[in-house]
Amino acid sequence: MYLSIVFFPLASFFLSLCFGKYLTSKGVSIITNFCIFFSFLLSLIGFYEIGFCRCPVYIKLFCWIDSELVDASWGFFFDSLSITMCVLVTFISLLVHIYSTSYMSHDPHQSRFMSYLSLFTFFMLMLVNSDNFLQLFFGWEGVGLCSYLLINFWFTRLQANKSAIKAMIINRIGDLALTLGILSIFVVFKTLNFVVVFSLLPYVSNYTFFFFNVDFNIVVFTSLFLFLGAMGKSAQIGLHTWLPDAMEGPTPVSALIHAATMVTAGIFMIIRCSPIYEYSNVILFYITFVGALTSFFAGVTGIFQNDLKKIIAFSTCSQLGYMTFACGLSHYSVALFHVLNHAYFKALLFLSAGSIIHSLSDEQDIRRMGGLQRILPFTYLMISIGSLALMGFPFLTGFYSKDAILEIAYAKYNFAGVFSFWLGIFSASITAFYSIKLLYLAFLSNPNGFKHSFQLVYEPFLSMILPLALLSFCSVFLGFLSKDLFIGIGTPFWNNSIFILPSNSNFLDVDFLPFYVKFIPFVLSVLGSVLSIFVYFFMPNLFFVLCTTNEVFSLIYTFFNKKWFFDRLQNEFIASFLLKLGFNFTYKIVDKGFLEFCGPNNFSMYALFLAEKINNIKSGKINLYAFLIFTFLMLFISLGTIFHFFYGFVDFQVCFVYLSCIFIKKLTLDFGIKY
Amino acid sequence: MFIDQNEFTIVAISLFFIGLSGIMLNRKNIIVILMSIELILLAINFNFVVFSIFIDDFLGQIFAFFILTIAAAESAIGLAIYVIFFRIRGTVSIDYINLLKG
Repeated sequence: MYLSIVFFPLASFFLSLCFGKYLTSKGVSIITNFCIFFSFLLSLIGFYEIGFCRCPVYIKLFCWIDSELVDASWGFFFDSLSITMCVLVTFISLLVHIYSTSYMSHDPHQSRFMSYLSLFTFFMLMLVNSDNFLQLFFGWEGVGLCSYLLINFWFTRLQANKSAIKAMIINRIGDLALTLGILSIFVVFKTLNFVVVFSLLPYVSNYTFFFFNVDFNIVVFTSLFLFLGAMGKSAQIGLHTWLPDAMEGPTPVSALIHAATMVTAGIFMIIRCSPIYEYSNVILFYITFVGALTSFFAGVTGIFQNDLKKIIAFSTCSQLGYMTFACGLSHYSVALFHVLNHAYFKALLFLSAGSIIHSLSDEQDIRRMGGLQRILPFTYLMISIGSLALMGFPFLTGFYSKDAILEIAYAKYNFAGVFSFWLGIFSASITAFYSIKLLYLAFLSNPNGFKHSFQLVYEPFLSMILPLALLSFCSVFLGFLSKDLFIGIGTPFWNNSIFILPSNSNFLDVDFLPFYVKFIPFVLSVLGSVLSIFVYFFMPNLFFVLCTTNEVFSLIYTFFNKKWFFDRLQNEFIASFLLKLGFNFTYKIVDKGFLEFCGPNNFSMYALFLAEKINNIKSGKINLYAFLIFTFLMLFISLGTIFHFFYGFVDFQVCFVYLSCIFIKKLTLDFGIKY
Repeated sequence: MFIDQNEFTIVAISLFFIGLSGIMLNRKNIIVILMSIELILLAINFNFVVFSIFIDDFLGQIFAFFILTIAAAESAIGLAIYVIFFRIRGTVSIDYINLLKG
């Protein structure tokens, strides 16, 4: 049963990819939906068995690599953590599959789209259920691949191609770090199996090893590089630039991959490796720092964006920052709880944004929307629920996890806690600001769009309404329903799948916070939303007027609107430097210079040259031949003696180097080759 | 009987090298090559005999007889070949024997 959770999506992928032509897009939709649905049902049963009855399942399928040195198997390890992710992934994937049947119905390649979605689901399940780092890496790369394929789904659009390649490359940087982390684990533990590594970890926490001749503590090194990998996948500051651009893909893809599941893979990996992180306080602090900065940065950028999907993308980035710093404060269960809740309301937001875009004939700029609450009342309702849940409105889903994270940050009475608390509070109010801005500009203000985009407006079909309705139900109720299960004090649900060092835990401090602290996030969110309504209701032209009259404000606006010039920074400094390095050094000097010179080119030339020289010897004179035969015979016979004689005086390695230098120099002189 | 093998060896080696240089440095007559080969074989024979006496073992002397026989046969064959060669080419000068060059 547990294996079918993982392999139903794979079957669905193969069926729809290989037989998509014969099944027609309708048949493909039915098959993929049913496969994912079964997978979802089975993972619900698994959730009951593993989560509630507390019996983890470990399946070792078969061997993958089995040498003396490395052992990696296709193993599946279902514990509370991974089965929760399974339920989440299959649930969102099911809804997105249903949604896509109608959203992509006009596309001739719908079956390919569905097959990619199923493949993504398979890889994601592979990632969350793996029992060793290598298989986790397999799933990790697989979801990256699917992200590339799906962003690039409309491959005739140049912008989509660019975004897809950008996503791929920036993820590669993170993956390189992840690989280094995994390799360092292998160097120390000689195995990649989670269970072995985590149980041996306390014994090696003082070990050091050399990397580039620098002495590193093994735990610090490993956790640092694993976190760098997670930064790439989870779009933390610095490696986040691919996420807003990934919005070029179809909207269901944004909902499934770039909001709900794939971007949380990094968070999942941190939670899974919690035993490693718990032993390195430095890296925990670093994680907190990066997460808080990300949430702040993405929030501020989100205010100044005008693209409907980019605003939501930046809010995703901001929420990912929340999850990361919750991990950094070693409250992994809260981070996972936020992953779940965030998945519901962010998928809801994306899917309803998709329905707006669909009905407005692909209009994405919120400045050209407005007045939609009269013509799209259902979508309006859905977006309102999603936004309110995102803002952490009391008793909606987002409230339970987001406030829990902020309270934890407050209750951690150290620098990391204070830092992340205030940045988190600030970005919570910013979240409220841009959510209300989005709502107001798209739905409440006067229509600003083109006439033709309003003429064809329609409410979505049933297959698009159903996922939205389900997700809105989850966004309203699920946080309340599952709070005690996931983050209640002393909940037995996690059952060893999360490890928290007792000295890092502050669950009890959270409950004894002063009353007013618990109100700060709510008050600030309300302030943010009131400010937003005030700005956009009374001064809708505020930004425009300020930008045109005040140069300084215009500069600031540009700075934030262009995402703090991170792209430019990356392109102009790092990328162009690397490109120049690659061309001037690696390509011109090494590849086409030195290697070519010592290798194929000169070898052939020198062989010809030597052959010409040798040709002169061949005169046909018998006495000369006799002389050569005799001389060389004597030489070879006495070779051993000669070496033996000089052995004490001469270092033959040095001689060899010297002779090869002479050889190369002779070559240069002979052929006049210049370096 | 005690002999000073150094002197005898020097004689043998100088005979050998005279024969060798006769082959290498000779540019004119092919008969000289045959004579030089005989000289080399003689040097080797000499070596054999000297050392057989030196280590008191007559196997070397028997070997010298064999080599003597073979040298005679070989020079007979060589002379026969030269005669035929002279008939064909009309000369025995080495400069014209460069068929190996192809």
